Amino acid sequence: MLSRLIVLGLLCAPLLVVAEPDHITTLASSCAACHGTNGNSAGGTPVLAGLDASHFRKQMQDFKSGARPSTVMQRHAKGLTDAEIDGLALFFSQQPRRPASLPAHPR
Amino acid sequence: MNLNRRDFMRFSASAAALTLLPLSGCARALRTQASPRVVVIGGGYAGATAAKYLRMWSAGAVEVIVIEPNPSFISCPLSNLVLGGSKTLADLTFGYDGLQQHGIQRVQDTVTAVDPLARKLQLTRGELRYDKLVIAPGVDFIYDSLPMLDSAEASQQVPHAWKAGPQTVLLQQQLAAMPDGGVFVMSVPKAPYRCPPGPYERVCQVASYFSQHKPKAKIIVLDANPEITSKKALFTKVWAEMYAGMIDYRPNSQLTEVDVAAREVKTEFETVSADVLNVIPPQRAGKVAQLVGAANVDKRWCEVDFLSYASKVVPDTYIVGDSVSAALPKSAHMATSQARVCASAILATLAGQQPDPQPVFANTCYSFVNARMAMHVAHVYRYDQHKKIMLPAEGGGVSAQPSEQEGQYAYSWAQNIWSDVLT
Repeated sequence: MLSRLIVLGLLCAPLLVVAEPDHITTLASSCAACHGTNGNSAGGTPVLAGLDASHFRKQMQDFKSGARPSTVMQRHAKGLTDAEIDGLALFFSQQPRRPASLPAHPR
Repeated sequence: MNLNRRDFMRFSASAAALTLLPLSGCARALRTQASPRVVVIGGGYAGATAAKYLRMWSAGAVEVIVIEPNPSFISCPLSNLVLGGSKTLADLTFGYDGLQQHGIQRVQDTVTAVDPLARKLQLTRGELRYDKLVIAPGVDFIYDSLPMLDSAEASQQVPHAWKAGPQTVLLQQQLAAMPDGGVFVMSVPKAPYRCPPGPYERVCQVASYFSQHKPKAKIIVLDANPEITSKKALFTKVWAEMYAGMIDYRPNSQLTEVDVAAREVKTEFETVSADVLNVIPPQRAGKVAQLVGAANVDKRWCEVDFLSYASKVVPDTYIVGDSVSAALPKSAHMATSQARVCASAILATLAGQQPDPQPVFANTCYSFVNARMAMHVAHVYRYDQHKKIMLPAEGGGVSAQPSEQEGQYAYSWAQNIWSDVLT
C-alpha cells in the first residue's frame, strides 16, 4: 500500500518525457478537417501525407498568388506565411501514408 | 504529495466502482497511475478531438478519460440536410469505438459536481481524480426571456432542433405533416450562438423541401439580429433567386412571447402565427461550464487564454469549443482547431515547457443551399501577441457563389472531420 501511495503521489506532479508538438505540427493538424489526420484524407480531397515537399510548396504558393484558381484553398494559403508553408511542406512530406477510415454507424 | 491514506482509499473505492461500468480501461487506470490523467467532459467535436490528439501526440503517455452521457456521436454539421430530405439522422450518427482504439477510456455518465482545487469530479456513479480537466460541453439554452419553452412538452410542440438528434427528426416530421400553403416560422437568437450561418442554411433546406413538396408554403424568419449574421450577400441572393417569393426575412425581430399550444409568437412589433414553429433559443456555455464556475463572461461564456484554452478563473481547467468567449465563429472546425491547440498546450505544460507562443489555425465552414450545392466561409486565424486574442489573417472570405463543386467539398469536409475526430 505504501508504494502505491508513492506512485499515486507522482500523479500530482506529473512530468512527461514526450516532446510536445511544435507550432507547425499543431498548425498542420488544423488541415485535418478536410485532409484527414496527418494529411491522410478519407476521400474527396488530396492526400497530403507523403507529398513531395516542393510540390506542396508550389501548389500552396500558386493558391496564394491565384496562379492556381481555387474556391477555398486561396483562403488558407493567403493566411499563411512563407515560412509556415515551408514548414507544412516538410511536415506533410514526412507523414506516412495510411488508409483513413470513417467511423462506424452504431449497430 | 497531499494525498493522505483516506483520500487514497476513497480514490481506490471509486476506481473500483467505475470498473463496474461497461468501461474497458479502468483496470489500466490503476496500473498506470504514474501517467498524468486528463479528463475530458464532452464527446462532441471539441472534446473528442482534444482526447484523440492528447493520446496521439503523447504516444499514449497521458491517460485520457472522456465523459459523455450520450451513447453515440450525432453531427450537428449536415443536420439541416435532414430537414431538406437529402440526409437521415442515421447518416450523421457514429459510434465512439474509434476513440477506444486510441486507448481513450469512455465513461457514459453525467458530471454532477467538480472540485477544481482538489482536482476531482463527481459522476452519478462514482468519483474521478484528474491532473488536467478539459471541458467541451457545447451550448446550453437560455429560457429566461421565454420560460414557456422550458419544458419537455413545449419542446415537442415547438422544437429548437439546435442540437442534432430527436429534435431534428421531430422538426422534419412536423414539416412533412404541414399542409401545402402552411407557414413555417423560425426564430433566430441574438449572436453569439452555435453555428452562425446555421439558421440561414436551415431556411435554404426547408425552402428546398417546400419547393419540391409544398410549393405554396411560406417561410417567415424572425431574426433578433439587425441582419443576417453570416454569408449575408450569398444567402440573400440564394433566397431571391432559388426560392423567389417563398422567404420573408424580418430583421430586429426578437421574440417577447410564445403561445406554445397555438404556435403563435410575439415580437415588439407584431404577432405571427405558424403552422410549424422553430424557436432557436439564446445560448450560453454548456451546463458543465456553469457547474465548474468557468462561465465568467456575463455568466454566459468562458474566458480563456488563447495560447492554451486554460480558463482565466478555474485552475487546471481548459475550455474548448462553443463555450469559449471569443469573436470566433462557433463552428465544428473551430472547435477542433481550438481542441488541438489546447491538447498541444496541455502536453507542453505537463512536460514543463511553454505552449506555442503564436498559435495559428484554420476554420472552414460550408452551408448547403439545397441537396447538392454549398458555399464556404473560411479564414486562417493568428494569435495577436498585443491583443492576446485570435484574429483573422489576410485572405479569408466567402464563396463567389454556391456551387455543386463546393457541395462535393462540403461532403468531403464532413467525411474527413468525422474520420479525424472519431477514428
